[in-house]
Amino acid sequence: MNKSVAEAVHVRGLQVRRGATEVFTGLDLDIPRGQITGLLGPSGCGKTTLMRSIVGVQRVAGGTVEVLGEPAGSRPLRHRVSYDTQAASVYADLTIHQNLRYFARLLRAPRSDVDRVIDEVGLTDQRNQTIGSLSGGQENRVSLAVAMLGDPELLVLDEPTVGLDPLLRNELWKLFRQLADKGATIIVSSHVMDEALRCDRLILMRAGRIIADTTPERLLSDTGTDDPDAAFLALIERDAAAPPDGTDDDRPHTRREARESGKAGS
Amino acid sequence: MNGVRTLATAGRVLRQLSHDPRSIALMLIAPSLLVGLFAWLFSDQEGVFDQFGGPILALFPFIVMFLITSITTLRERRSGTLERLMTTPLGKADFILGYGLAFGLMATLQAVITVTFAVLVCGLEVEGPVWQLGLVAVVDAILGTALGLLASAFARTEFQAVQFMPLIVFPQIILGGLFMPREDMPDALYAISNWLPLSYAIDTINAVTAGDEGWDVFGPLLIVVAFAVGSLILASLTLRRRTP
Repeated sequence: MNKSVAEAVHVRGLQVRRGATEVFTGLDLDIPRGQITGLLGPSGCGKTTLMRSIVGVQRVAGGTVEVLGEPAGSRPLRHRVSYDTQAASVYADLTIHQNLRYFARLLRAPRSDVDRVIDEVGLTDQRNQTIGSLSGGQENRVSLAVAMLGDPELLVLDEPTVGLDPLLRNELWKLFRQLADKGATIIVSSHVMDEALRCDRLILMRAGRIIADTTPERLLSDTGTDDPDAAFLALIERDAAAPPDGTDDDRPHTRREARESGKAGS
Repeated sequence: MNGVRTLATAGRVLRQLSHDPRSIALMLIAPSLLVGLFAWLFSDQEGVFDQFGGPILALFPFIVMFLITSITTLRERRSGTLERLMTTPLGKADFILGYGLAFGLMATLQAVITVTFAVLVCGLEVEGPVWQLGLVAVVDAILGTALGLLASAFARTEFQAVQFMPLIVFPQIILGGLFMPREDMPDALYAISNWLPLSYAIDTINAVTAGDEGWDVFGPLLIVVAFAVGSLILASLTLRRRTP
């Protein structure tokens, strides 16, 4: 049997260039099905580029990315994979309900899905408010709700809990766990280290490389600490002391920087 | 291509507009105000408005729709929603056609209002049927929409999108036959004007105001339609699921 069918994501030799920057020079990665995989690393390490490659909107220079046994971004996957971008990608001038109705119609998801996902992200009372009138955290939750429409098999979530209070973060992580228990695969990026402990598996990235592919328990025991922040720092320092190929880690231009400086961050 | 997704997209674009009544008012009324200003300007000179009023009807819907479309779609590119749409089953042609339909509908409303205003209020006199004038205005507005969709593919910021107007729209106005009959232009410019869609729109308008019939009216109009369809096809081809 083809091994990659058993995996949600199968990446071999991935190369991505953005402008003059080499983001990935031959990245290998496997992500199993039915688990929550956390993608962690300092800003600019390539988390978003990796996620974009998995959902098939990143132009790649080489290598293969297979998702659920199909080439990333291919037509059959567009019903099965959902993507929540880092900046809330919803229509600011529509209401919550109108946003979800539109995406549900594109996915041919049942109408009942719209109310279900609005309820799941806790925005039922605001459903008829326009996105522009919401707080940043609420806007992010609408964007997350779109990614949960139509029961996708793989959810790729780029920092879905940014800007949320601890209570809401806790609620959303419970929701991710429920989705995974029902068989969905979730890839979630974060730079909040205490969230790392709620994942089944952790991929730690730095400067376009995977420096650790581990579990929360192993991360803590390997580094001899019980604090995820300290464990992460220890790994980064270990990697910085002995980089395998001497690549320099100066990533001058992240998508976030590009967006916030007002230039096109495509 | 998929009818349901195209219509869903057109509906969504119109719903976005409905949250912005001021834009709708500007879109529908601004061309009439400009036509009125033009009529007033020449009110003491007999026959001038009848000569220039028609071509002006072709210009304003074209310019307004070009600007609106290029900025709206650019906003979609920059807000991340286009990237998200490209991960859904929405086809590229569905996206472009959805926008084309939504703005085409607005363009039709705009054309009906502007032509009615020009004829009833400003007293524009045409030899041919008035509905043909309306038809040209609609086709022109759709051409503006189509070119706007195409132009937005080459603009990375709103600022650039606005700069495309002098680049794409103004030469067509200058060489379109409004300021000088195209036949009287230097040969090179006449040859260039033959490749610009707005020239054929103005030819059509002039044919309608002169009371020409048949092929004299619909020949050039078909060329404008062909340019609009061609731009829509090009626009959906320049849309990329994968970006750098």
